Amino acid sequence: MDGLPLLSLLIGLPIAGTLCMLVVRGDTAVVARNVRYIALWTSLITFGLSILLWISFDPSTADFQFVERRPWIPDYGINYHLGVDGISVLLIVLSAFLIPLCIIASWDSITTRVREYMIAFLMLEALMIGVFCALDFVLFYLFFEAMLIPMFLIIGVWGGPRRVYAAFKFFLFTLVGSVLLLLALLAMYFQAGTTDIPTLMATEFAPELQRWLWLALFASFAVKVPMWPVHTWLPDAHVEAPTAGSVILAGVLLKMGGYGFLRFSLPMLPDATAYFTPLVFTLSVVAIIYTSLVALMQEDMKKLIAYSSVAHMGFVTIGIFTLTTQGIEGGMVQMLSHGVVSGALFLCVGVVYDRMHSRLIARYGGLVHRMPIYAGVFMVFMLASVGLPGTSGFVGEFLVLTGAFQVSTWVTFLATTGIVLGAAYMLWLYRRVIFGELVREDLKSIVDLGRREILIFAPLVLVVLWIGIYPDPFLRVMHATVAHLITQTAGTVSTAELELP
Amino acid sequence: MNSAIVFLPLLGAALAGLFGRVLGDRGSQIATCVPVSISAILGWVALFQLAGGQGDQTVQIFTWIDSGAFEAAWSLRFDALTGVMLAVVGSVSALVHVYSVGYMHGDPGIPRFMSYLSLFTFSMLMLVTADNLLQLFFGWEGVGLCSYLLIGFWYKKPEANAAAIKAFLVNRVGDFGFALGIVGVFLVFNTIDLQTIFESAPRVAGSTFVFLGYEVDILTTLCLLLFMGAMGKSAQLGLHTWLPDAMEGPTPVSALIHAATMVTAGVFMVARLSPLFELAPVALEVVAFVGASTAFFAATIGLCQNDIKRVVAYSTCSQLGYMFFACGVSAYAAGIFHLFTHAFFKALLFLGSGSVIHALHGEQDMRRMGGLWRKIPITYGLMWVGSLALAGVPFFAGFYSKDIILEAAFGAHTAIGLYAFWLGIAAAVMTAFYSWRLLFMTFHGTFRGDHHKLDHAHESPPVMLIPLFFLAAGAALAGYFGLPMVESEAFWGESLRGFHAIEAAHHAPDWVVVLPTVAAAAGIAVAYLLYVLKPAWPARIAGALRPLYLFLLNKWYFDELYDAVLVRPAKAIGYALWKGGDGAVIDGLGPDGIAAATLNLARRAVRLQSGYVYHYAFAMLIGVALLVTWYLVRGVM
Repeated sequence: MDGLPLLSLLIGLPIAGTLCMLVVRGDTAVVARNVRYIALWTSLITFGLSILLWISFDPSTADFQFVERRPWIPDYGINYHLGVDGISVLLIVLSAFLIPLCIIASWDSITTRVREYMIAFLMLEALMIGVFCALDFVLFYLFFEAMLIPMFLIIGVWGGPRRVYAAFKFFLFTLVGSVLLLLALLAMYFQAGTTDIPTLMATEFAPELQRWLWLALFASFAVKVPMWPVHTWLPDAHVEAPTAGSVILAGVLLKMGGYGFLRFSLPMLPDATAYFTPLVFTLSVVAIIYTSLVALMQEDMKKLIAYSSVAHMGFVTIGIFTLTTQGIEGGMVQMLSHGVVSGALFLCVGVVYDRMHSRLIARYGGLVHRMPIYAGVFMVFMLASVGLPGTSGFVGEFLVLTGAFQVSTWVTFLATTGIVLGAAYMLWLYRRVIFGELVREDLKSIVDLGRREILIFAPLVLVVLWIGIYPDPFLRVMHATVAHLITQTAGTVSTAELELP
Repeated sequence: MNSAIVFLPLLGAALAGLFGRVLGDRGSQIATCVPVSISAILGWVALFQLAGGQGDQTVQIFTWIDSGAFEAAWSLRFDALTGVMLAVVGSVSALVHVYSVGYMHGDPGIPRFMSYLSLFTFSMLMLVTADNLLQLFFGWEGVGLCSYLLIGFWYKKPEANAAAIKAFLVNRVGDFGFALGIVGVFLVFNTIDLQTIFESAPRVAGSTFVFLGYEVDILTTLCLLLFMGAMGKSAQLGLHTWLPDAMEGPTPVSALIHAATMVTAGVFMVARLSPLFELAPVALEVVAFVGASTAFFAATIGLCQNDIKRVVAYSTCSQLGYMFFACGVSAYAAGIFHLFTHAFFKALLFLGSGSVIHALHGEQDMRRMGGLWRKIPITYGLMWVGSLALAGVPFFAGFYSKDIILEAAFGAHTAIGLYAFWLGIAAAVMTAFYSWRLLFMTFHGTFRGDHHKLDHAHESPPVMLIPLFFLAAGAALAGYFGLPMVESEAFWGESLRGFHAIEAAHHAPDWVVVLPTVAAAAGIAVAYLLYVLKPAWPARIAGALRPLYLFLLNKWYFDELYDAVLVRPAKAIGYALWKGGDGAVIDGLGPDGIAAATLNLARRAVRLQSGYVYHYAFAMLIGVALLVTWYLVRGVM
């Protein structure tokens, strides 16, 4: 393994794939077919490499591993600096896992501009992996911002009827965050004289400055998570995005926010983190209760799942800011679980959308009569979303609650209401779509999952159960890094109580 | 070998669930009935081994969650309490599996049904063998899931779907407390391993911590939170509303899940945690109060119900109340004993009702029955056995277990003990009354329904009747043979506490010992008077006491109350937050407002087509401007 620049390979491979696609020639049908296969194989090999990364990752140390470092803009001390630790490695695996599934899911449903679509997806993959391995703030910023472009295009070109509004809203929210992130980047550079992330982690910023920096970073990451009240772009973006776009949006893009907190806010700005923890808790608790109630009343399946994402990500932010082992590890597991489960739920919606071209809940009902396999698969993800023990959703949520209880009983108490409300909207959704009498004429000929669809869902079901029953391979990787992160941040942290408005 | 007891049903569930189409109906039935039956037999073997003095045993499987100090393993614990539960769960489950072969005959979803039943059995066994609180929670939620799936088994029926969701959600409300209780236990004890908790609990007794801003007693708070879970699962007052509705599920489900096993999980949990509850006297008083109130409350509703299954369901609710107040006065062994006997006679009553329903092709309303004993004499006889046991008529199973509970309540000599005792006596009268009301309305008098149905009424096939005979044997004999075991502290070993309460029960005065039997006789006599001698009287009484009658018929209006206070406001708030909060306030002030302003500005500033890259550049410009301003300001300072 030594000497193999694994991380550069992970980033470079999808880019190489896009280059191959560019040179494909022939009539449209041939191009479409070849491009699909190139995209699939590229993403599968990338996934294989990410597994290799996970296996060869040494969980006993909190140091960055697979480090690559070359001068990039030497005049400013900016390096092409890559590396992973126990937090980022799993997020890379998650990204690489979801992309091939997205490509298979788009196999038949995307028929226009296939080449451009696949290029957008592979570029997205390269940039997402880049975000998770960048160890230089400038490099991180570039990946972080550039990633928006393919996502923006995916929504704006292959999206639904209101795609322009949605893409615009998505962009506007994230842009405000981006500007502030850039400001923070510059301020840190002027203060510390470097953009090297490990060095910045060791730098002590003045408490006053920390607060400003923290708020600037928070603005950017909170939009990504998304936290209440900057979440309203998410339902619209999801509704208009094509299925695979939603999967990546929910599965990976939202994790950028959580990752940002863990990589920047906590270790670099410990005083400010302690200062603002009550704010984060308040917003998260509001998010959980508010969006759960809103999700209850949704008429559009994708919107409902989008709102549930906001609620589930509320658990992530609570967990991260408890600064306890269980809280942070729980937040991480919750991110992984949510990535898989919400991605899978969007794919479930995609299945019926491909058939009936509607996402309205009222449009369906009684699908179990015609689609028993689909009903079973949907059931698994519905239960994982509800957080049933034995599924991935439970492990994360429960660890977060365990961590939170050590910090604030009020936060835990209010967050736990989410498990009741979460069950309410998901079960109700499931009942209205799957159960009941099959009355609508056009549904009477709807067909069950095909072989390709089963191929997509099988790995997702297995991962959901794997994390639910034996999460140790995931948790084991994090222990050292999380312990290190807590010592970096702790000491300045006091017990925070929720400030109720 | 003990692990096989737990995992055989899972094997059956997987076979029938995944390969049901290949195996076919008969194949799925065999693939589930055989493993569950073996598991039941092994369960009895394990019980006798444990009773024979074989020590407790723990089987480690593998790590589940390991995060910092938080460690939870998959591991199975076998002690006397587990042994009793293994025998109960295994045998009732096996009998219900076999019964279902007959009852579900002709249903299109047989493999699915059998798979769910076996999955339920597995979850229940995981629950009773749990070695730590988290695994207990796993089994707890697992049985809840299976209950949800089986209540909604006939997914075409809207009522069944509604009942399924209601069951899941009401249980979730209980789980809310349970989950908080577990994380609280971890905070206090730094472990969720049962044995370690019990060992360190005495050191914590009497200390306080801050919960939700209040300084409260640790163990009382934790026990009450955990008990909230038990109230949900065991349908105690306030969280009981799901149980009657759960009768929408097929009758074998009602017998197995909503009578004999799952609903008793709450009682099991309190008994399992008896070393903890013993140190929290206030929590125990709450348990006793809730239990006694439920016993009384559910019995009053049972008086007026007309659906045969709902009568039995309310009776279950009421009997669970007995088990809880037994635990509440520290007589855990008595509570578990009643759980044990109740499993047999209540499963018998449910399956017997199922046999009646089967005979009448789905008729459940007792007002359209009557005089059936000629048509289905075997079922009739078996229902008598079940009712005798339920009412606590001497020498049937319920007689022993109910008596010792009431004596223990009296023997506690506390205000709450006496409250429980008197409500328990009152409930005993009502129990006997509604049991015989059921018998008389169903089997005696003249048939009041559609005569077409009567002509086709037939006795159930042997595959349904044979399990009933086993249960009837249990209902008749479990009390007599179980009693010595229950009263022996040596048998229970470390698994239960509170034997002083059982001891106190033996010193109850004679009138206390006789009173439950008198109560049963009184109830039967009144039922005989009203439904055989003077059949016109019930209607007249209902007319005279109309408000009371409606109050009971409508189940104390709990459903209406919850709908008005919880369900409808939640929906209204959700809608308001969506349209008002997200739509008007956040978007209106945020993106939509800014978008409108930006577009306006952009149009005026430059006459360019509005492209998005342009917007991006524009906003970057604003960013740079802000940046420069910021540094200028900083430079000045």
